Amino acid sequence: MRWVWIDTFVEFSSGKRAAAVKNVSLAEEHLHDHFPGYPVMPPALMIEGMAQTAGILVGEARDFQENVILAKIRRATFDDYAHPGDELRYEATVESLTEQAATTAGVVFKNDKEIGRVDLIFSHVDQASQNLDLPEENFVFTENFVNLLSDFRCKANHNADKP
Amino acid sequence: MTSANDEVFLKVRDVLTDALGVDDDEVEPTTTLQADLGAESIDFLDIVFRLEKTFSIKIPKGELFPDDILNNPDYVDGDVVTPAGLKELKSSMPHADFTGFEDAPRVSKMPDLFTVNTIVKYVENKLQAA
Repeated sequence: MRWVWIDTFVEFSSGKRAAAVKNVSLAEEHLHDHFPGYPVMPPALMIEGMAQTAGILVGEARDFQENVILAKIRRATFDDYAHPGDELRYEATVESLTEQAATTAGVVFKNDKEIGRVDLIFSHVDQASQNLDLPEENFVFTENFVNLLSDFRCKANHNADKP
Repeated sequence: MTSANDEVFLKVRDVLTDALGVDDDEVEPTTTLQADLGAESIDFLDIVFRLEKTFSIKIPKGELFPDDILNNPDYVDGDVVTPAGLKELKSSMPHADFTGFEDAPRVSKMPDLFTVNTIVKYVENKLQAA
């Protein structure tokens, strides 16, 4: 299983705002255990989905030069369950962005109905933790994540070219 | 001295209850952020972001919570803050109350300088300067 909890971006405005969707599927193994006979998308994985949406937004704002680490969940509230067949949409907005860190505000939708809010703080770990023995390569924005954004841009360009 | 009814204090208290998940009655002017409220390093960043938004001010890195002064070897000797280090701290943190700390300045006691009152005074200074 790849640790990617969004399927595709549907909106991306550099340094400002992004939206990604995730289609919940019964093919996902964890749903058979959570819970047997009553599959529910774990809220912790919806937080991860928002963190990936917002994290790529924050990382792209500085051209993926730094490792962007989820540092704090400021708020995570959910009012409803998501089940197989539901489409989740994560909408993230950058509230502040400094050399050291960034804050984002996020809204989670299920089939276009708001079901949750997830506000996060990301740390630019290279700036904030210069004494850490970090790998030289960017260990956060691996190919899987960067491809998500490339795919979105390809699709956006393709649609723009359509008559 | 901050009174518990000051407008700035009340807003700072809201910032701290939101950032640290503590109750209103846990936040008094002399409460320390780390020892009393359990703040961790990332919480200081969270507090700075929330203060900037609440009071519409800009807080440069290290101005409210200086974090690298005591990395200077001239300013520390083991756990002891040297007279030069104390002078630098006082000059960098005019918003902090050094009573008690300056009698026996220790690196390990520095978190005690970060009280609710320290934040309130910092914000008041910022608002006055604006």
